[in-house]
Amino acid sequence: MTAMSTPIIDIKGLNVDYVVHGGLFSRKGQTIRVINGIDLQIFAGEILGIVGESGCGKSTLAYGITRLVEPTSGEVIFQGTDILKFKKSELRRIRRNIQLVFQDPFSSLNPRMKIFELVAEPLRTHSEMNTSEMERQVEELLKKVGVSSEFMNRYPHQLSGGQAQRVILARALSLNPSVIILDEPTSALDVSVQAQIINLLIQLQQEYNLSYMFISHDLTLLQHIATRIGVIYLGEIVELSSSEALFEAPQHPYTQALLSATPLPDPDTKRQRIVLDGNVPSPANPPAGCRFHVRCPHVMDICRTQPPGVYQTHTGWAKCHLLE
Amino acid sequence: MGRPLLQVEGLRMDFHTPAGKSKVLRGVSFTVDRGQIFGIVGESGCGKTMTARAILGLVPHTGEVTEGRILYNGEDLLRLSQRKIRKFRGKRIAMIFQNPQAALNPLFTIGEQISALMKQNIGEADIEKIIDLIRDTGLPNPEKIIKSYPHRLSGGMQQRAMIAMALSSEPELLIADEPTTALDVTIQAQILELLTKLKEEKGLTILFVTHNMGVIAEMCDSVAVFYAGKVVEQGTVRGIFHSPKHPYTQGLLATLPHPGSRGKDLATIAGVVPSGLTEIRGCPFASRCPQVRSICRQQPPAWTEFENGKNSFKHKVACFLY
Amino acid sequence: MVALIFLFLVILSAILAPLLTPYPEQGAGVPNITEKLNAPNRQHPFGTDNLGRDLWARILFGARTSLMIGFTVTVLGAFIGTVLGAMAGYFGGWIDEIIMRITDVFLAFPPLLLAIIMAAVLGPSITNTIIAITVVWWPWYTRIIRGQAISVRERNYIKAAIVIGVNDRTIIKRHLLPNIMTPVLVQATLDLGSAILVAASLSFIGLGTQPPAADWGVLVSEGRELLLSGRWWLSVYPGLAIFLTVTALNLMGDGVRDAADPKTRGGK
Repeated sequence: MTAMSTPIIDIKGLNVDYVVHGGLFSRKGQTIRVINGIDLQIFAGEILGIVGESGCGKSTLAYGITRLVEPTSGEVIFQGTDILKFKKSELRRIRRNIQLVFQDPFSSLNPRMKIFELVAEPLRTHSEMNTSEMERQVEELLKKVGVSSEFMNRYPHQLSGGQAQRVILARALSLNPSVIILDEPTSALDVSVQAQIINLLIQLQQEYNLSYMFISHDLTLLQHIATRIGVIYLGEIVELSSSEALFEAPQHPYTQALLSATPLPDPDTKRQRIVLDGNVPSPANPPAGCRFHVRCPHVMDICRTQPPGVYQTHTGWAKCHLLE
Repeated sequence: MGRPLLQVEGLRMDFHTPAGKSKVLRGVSFTVDRGQIFGIVGESGCGKTMTARAILGLVPHTGEVTEGRILYNGEDLLRLSQRKIRKFRGKRIAMIFQNPQAALNPLFTIGEQISALMKQNIGEADIEKIIDLIRDTGLPNPEKIIKSYPHRLSGGMQQRAMIAMALSSEPELLIADEPTTALDVTIQAQILELLTKLKEEKGLTILFVTHNMGVIAEMCDSVAVFYAGKVVEQGTVRGIFHSPKHPYTQGLLATLPHPGSRGKDLATIAGVVPSGLTEIRGCPFASRCPQVRSICRQQPPAWTEFENGKNSFKHKVACFLY
Repeated sequence: MVALIFLFLVILSAILAPLLTPYPEQGAGVPNITEKLNAPNRQHPFGTDNLGRDLWARILFGARTSLMIGFTVTVLGAFIGTVLGAMAGYFGGWIDEIIMRITDVFLAFPPLLLAIIMAAVLGPSITNTIIAITVVWWPWYTRIIRGQAISVRERNYIKAAIVIGVNDRTIIKRHLLPNIMTPVLVQATLDLGSAILVAASLSFIGLGTQPPAADWGVLVSEGRELLLSGRWWLSVYPGLAIFLTVTALNLMGDGVRDAADPKTRGGK
């Protein structure tokens, strides 16, 4: 990863706010900053892992990048232009290039549409193919992801979880995107099925020259598949590093805690357990200073008042006063 | 060692569905010794949750136990009347669930719920005891928790409250059905630590149902591996992880990503889990087993037992390879 | 099941009305003074009315009108309500505000009263009856559909379609509507009966179908004045027709609802 290479997607200062409407007696709503000033790059051919727990905003990050949710401010630069500035009509063009795969395969497939229709939809939307061309394309795509063409006339509920997720990948691939954002794509699947889907994802990446942003709560999975990993806590990236470095020498206390809490399938390896106090604070009321300070085992006075800056580590960076 | 606390023998259960009888349990057998954390692991549909529920008679009305015994301290729970089962439920055997909302009534405070349980199970509810219980589960500010309603607590705190409720009658056996599956990793760590502490301090026996092999490795002393409604292997956690004998166990462990699997394909298990509607004559894994022989399809394999070194903890497997 | 068969017969008779009576012209309104006000007898099993017309024939022809009004009103109301409700629910924002405020205005009126006012303003006729009742009918559908649309639009398959770049109109047509139509279909079936009743009520007070054409409401109304003088058949038989048909429609509506609900259907 050279310092000079241009990222495929360059995210700068991304902020996403949700407005929660007040109750019966208040007219104004409360603004909750779910994503707070995130800078992130996705480079060509890499798998960028994003790990975080519930409420950290990882899904919102994916929605913000693809404008399913409109970010409040910031830039998402793709092929030289900021896609946040596009009008809805221009956005359609870009959609071919950045696809999004959701966690639960069944909820992403319209239960009343046949598999053929579902996979053909992107083709229908963006090209002028006739039906027989589309049939050929769909059949080929399904073959690429390992689903037999006999499923073209079936409905989603007739498929297994693994097959459904494969169909979704076929759909994502149909437009030949450059980037696919995957939001917990295997969390709803059994371990043995997960293995198949992961293998498939890697194979497709190499074949189609794709870049992935792979969001997961499972660090062990990311260790297997990701090039670099970003750790997200309460709407901010607190550490970003190459995959190996993150596991060998995690810099941020939250990363360390996350790593130590992840159970390993080996009864003899007992990680040095760092058990964090308390729960993730609500994004509506984030702690002052460093957002992690209320749970940090190494908290110092400065952490309570001053948000930490970005400190370079040798394969990435982390936001922590301890690194000063 | 004494008599095992819980012994399940040849448990069979059918579900009545519009499509016919679905075989959820095809002959489940395993043994749980006192004072250990016993893991039940398997993928979706393997029957682990139904087994846990059958112990307390909590099977949905479409389910029917057709054969087998569940011996608790020698007594067959399946043969007991409803009245007698209630003596066990909540008192000597307690249960916690994946979803705390299943056990916590949103209309009553935590204190009210625990005290109601205590009155029912041991006759009287002592505020001091309730405070101690809540404190033991690691919840800060027990006096405040007693007056709180469940929805005011976070997921991890609700889980602890549910554990406090389960322990209020000082049970011998705690059945934990995927208690941390819905929790974040850092919260899960807290709960797992709590459960281990309870086992060590109170001598609690825990039956831990999960699909997560990592959690099994962290928590359990012994493990039973489930596949398609049957136990295919049972042993100590070291035995299962370091020398798995059954091809399914081996396959399952091989599919897990781990440090060192990077850059290589993850191993997979060909085929799919057989549907509950199909009759299986031999070993349930025969259709997918890389080492299958013709006898595997014809007869269910008997148990083969191994002694593990000087501890003589038994490790047994149901497979024709042995 | 019984309801379905009955309804089928009713619809069939309405369509084939002229063939089912020896007095088609009387059904259509031609008087036959000589046989005025005969009680039910062998030539006229339902009796005759004050202009001597065979009541059975009148009921048959009345069925045509009543059913036609009922169906048209329901279909139109459901259509308008669905379009507006889908737009309000899917787009939200000011589109939602405008549509719902208009809907609320219409919902605030007692339905029958509004229908009467409209019919009175527009002048009594079959077409105006249809317009009047439709105006009262569509807001209910808008409400139902809007609620459904709001819950469905957050589903992942809608988000997936957006990310693929499908335009809004196509999303509404292919993804949203097919998944929210079921409650509408159920409601519409149940509504058929009510629509017929309202139409009959309007006709009963003279604001609907005008004589010599007939619908069941008109027939009941015509018989009302003569009820006290002992000519019971003039109101009772048309009334029975209304009652049985509406009941059958309601039963069928229940059946549709049970069939549409996957839980009562019993599995996929």
